Amino acid sequence: MNKDTVKKAFGASLPIMAGYIVLGMGFGVLLRAKGYSFLWAILISLTVYSGTMQYVGVNLLASGASIISTALMTLMVNARHLFYGISMLERYRGMGWRKWYAFFGLTDETYSILCLDPELPPNVNRADFNFLLTLFNQCYWIIGGVLGAVLASAVPFNSTGLDFSMTALFVSVFVEQWEKNKNHIPAVLGALISFACLLIFGADNFLIPSMIGISIALFVFRKRIEGGAENG
Amino acid sequence: MVDVKQSLIIIAVMALVTLALRLLPYFLFSKNTPKAVLYLGNVLPYAIVAMLLVYCLKGTDFAGAGHGVPEIVSVTLVAILHKWKHNTLLSILAGTVCYMFLVQAVFPS
Repeated sequence: MNKDTVKKAFGASLPIMAGYIVLGMGFGVLLRAKGYSFLWAILISLTVYSGTMQYVGVNLLASGASIISTALMTLMVNARHLFYGISMLERYRGMGWRKWYAFFGLTDETYSILCLDPELPPNVNRADFNFLLTLFNQCYWIIGGVLGAVLASAVPFNSTGLDFSMTALFVSVFVEQWEKNKNHIPAVLGALISFACLLIFGADNFLIPSMIGISIALFVFRKRIEGGAENG
Repeated sequence: MVDVKQSLIIIAVMALVTLALRLLPYFLFSKNTPKAVLYLGNVLPYAIVAMLLVYCLKGTDFAGAGHGVPEIVSVTLVAILHKWKHNTLLSILAGTVCYMFLVQAVFPS
């Protein structure tokens, strides 16, 4: 693993750093409030490593949820990860043993950076880059969780709104993709269908219908999407 | 908190189900990837980032203190800034500072 690869991966992880530390802290604070120490925060952030699920998990822990309801809840909250794996089949090829960790650590944010296919100089190893980016991001997440659980509510400044950094990340990725790809049908379909599902199914239940709708629509418009990509 | 043993079981179930979801495509399709899956893998990122954006903004409260203004202004700022400078860090930093200022100082709840 050469120095340039480490530098490049660290640079690419910077946009994630603030958001993960803050959201990780939020998780740590919630967990602490339910009587779990920072050691639990480390254990959960090491093994589950999924932002949304960990927030939901705090309530599952507090209420002593059953195995079945925990499994079902996790399936529903994290079903979108099925899609991330599909997009990484090609991108993670040739990673060897590191692919196991890369697939394990494929969060929304890591996915959004890697699916841009960031341009890398020739002396940077892409497999190492993918691996390190995933690792750096998980480190930020764990650090945030520990800080939150240790400091609890004693955050030294008003951090209201700091979690907007994740929204900002997705906006910038969206703009980047929009400019990179001449064919805007997938992006428009994604936005319209998700928004329609949000209105129909509500904020808590719209992800799974959106995913189903997006998959169907992408196949319905397949000819136009693929044709457009060749022409443009 | 519930007892240690039950806590560990709940954590293990969350971890295993999440890992299974993340690895399933690999186990199903890594050898002989069907063309339809390859196609989906190529075009999904564009649709999914849009979905994540809707997901992030789903909590926008148009009836609340800010009437959605902090979200609209900050998202627009990030989009314009990013189109102009193409610097992810700058876009995120400016957007977040703008949003925090709006929700804390301009539209406190």
